[in-house]
Amino acid sequence: MSAQVPVAAYLILAAVLFSIGVAAFLIKRNLITIFMSIELMLNAVNLTFVAFAHMWHQVSGQIFVFFVMVVAAAEAAVGLAIIIAIFRTRETLNVDSIDLMKS
Amino acid sequence: MSPNVLALLPEIILTLTGVFIMMAEPCLAPNSSRKPLGWIAIAGTVGALVASWYQVSLGVTIHAFSNTIQVDAFSVLFHYVIGAVVLVTLLGSLDYFEGNASHAGEYFALLCFGAVGMMLMASSVELLMVFVGLEISSISTYILCGFRKGQATGSESSIKYFLLGSFATAFFLYGVALAFGATGSTDLYAVALGLQTTATPALAFTALALILIGLGFKVSAAPFHVWTPDVYQGAPAPVVGLMSTAPKAAAFAVLLRITFTGFPIYQHRWTVLMWVLAALSMTIGNLGALLQRDVKRMLAYSSIAHAGYLLVAFTAFPFDGIAAACFYTATYAAMNVGAFAVITQISGYDERARTIDDFTGLGQKRPYLAALLSFFLLSLIGIPFTGGFFGKFYVFSAAIHNGNVWLAVIGLLNSGVACFYYLRLLAAVYTKPGAESARLNQLRPISIPAAVGLALAAAATLTLGILPSGAVSFAEYASHSTLIEQGRQECAAHPDCHIQLQFDVR
Repeated sequence: MSAQVPVAAYLILAAVLFSIGVAAFLIKRNLITIFMSIELMLNAVNLTFVAFAHMWHQVSGQIFVFFVMVVAAAEAAVGLAIIIAIFRTRETLNVDSIDLMKS
Repeated sequence: MSPNVLALLPEIILTLTGVFIMMAEPCLAPNSSRKPLGWIAIAGTVGALVASWYQVSLGVTIHAFSNTIQVDAFSVLFHYVIGAVVLVTLLGSLDYFEGNASHAGEYFALLCFGAVGMMLMASSVELLMVFVGLEISSISTYILCGFRKGQATGSESSIKYFLLGSFATAFFLYGVALAFGATGSTDLYAVALGLQTTATPALAFTALALILIGLGFKVSAAPFHVWTPDVYQGAPAPVVGLMSTAPKAAAFAVLLRITFTGFPIYQHRWTVLMWVLAALSMTIGNLGALLQRDVKRMLAYSSIAHAGYLLVAFTAFPFDGIAAACFYTATYAAMNVGAFAVITQISGYDERARTIDDFTGLGQKRPYLAALLSFFLLSLIGIPFTGGFFGKFYVFSAAIHNGNVWLAVIGLLNSGVACFYYLRLLAAVYTKPGAESARLNQLRPISIPAAVGLALAAAATLTLGILPSGAVSFAEYASHSTLIEQGRQECAAHPDCHIQLQFDVR
């Protein structure tokens, strides 16, 4: 007999992951790491969706997760292309040195 | 015609146009002109506008794709705004890339794809579809921002928009996930119904707050506006004209649907949030614009302030609020895209004129362009007989009707502050140039398509200002159509409700 993990545990884990993502987005200085923290936030959202889909016994939450994954993949393609364009013009990935437009 | 095809007719036309341009582009010789592709994009946009007109002329609300898409007068109004903005942008940028970029075909295709996403946002009543539309439009604009690849400012603008845009999307999605958790659905009508019986109102309100943060980033409302000045400064002028109007219009359409249709029972709570957002956006936008020397950066702060004026409409009663927001979106789109179309013509691909001083003497060298720029700037200030005046009047009177007098006072004070920076640019335009000022000398004569685009924007701004009755009644019709549909859906959910609303014939 296996004890069931309550839905709340998944939700708390997702909230923690999301907060780590937000914190990393604000603290980290490397473009790739910042981009990874966004992916972490999106995956925290996915976990929330799956947990709630289980709680409500509805598939629609899981379908949402598929859409989020597909869109995240498209976003990654565009994002990495932009990061490469940045690296070509300045040879650095540090966000602090990307500041041509400070008035 | 199947309702599924009919409901997405404008989006289908634009998608096919975009795909066709993408496929035709590699078939053209590397150094040949990309103008024919631009004309195809223009034809597609006009086709989408005609399709939207056909949808509203049926006089019914169209439901499609298992009620995830709802095309009513409200959606069509935003389709018109988005389509018209894309049309003016396309007309203005036909010659923009001439001789500079052989990959201009991608630009035209991306404009079409972006418009598809924005139109999808305006017609969806299911948060999943909203998300898909939001991402289609965002990803297209991320690329468009960095379109001048060689320029460091372009890719910087692109990466900033991309990172903060994705960050905002994650917040929006987390809000959607929590709303799903609180109500068991992501359909807006089902969410509204679920909220009446939900066991976790705190969760539902957190969900709404997260959704507001996500969309607040997209409409650049303070305090989520930090990305706006940098992104607008670095992006090409025609793209800024587009992204300061069309995606914002679409995001406001979504915001109106989510607040008034999805979360109406929390109106007393989100009105407070909107009050704060509106007051902050107006004040920070206008005060920030005072300090700017770069014209595009100044107009970026002005767009933050205008997002604030639009948010004032959310504090009104539902009917007035939706109608006023629709009207203001249309006027703001007309005058802002017009102002940027003039700047596109003046500064050109390599951005000859950037700061306010660079515009000195424009009135002497290019009197017609200077006159148009002054007209759009006066409309942005809100001088009578321009669309901007009537839009502000409508929004503030709607807020006062609901008792938000202080917010209207803050708005009016801000309009006074706004005069200062717009007039500073105007003063430069009509000052006699110094001997050393040669930046405006290399101006090319303006092409006929660009002139047509400018004329369209100017005519729209003028018409909305002196003959607003037609547009106001369309905005009121749009507001009615959403509220009637909302009533119908509420009625359908209760077994003992038998009101027949003769509005919808499926």
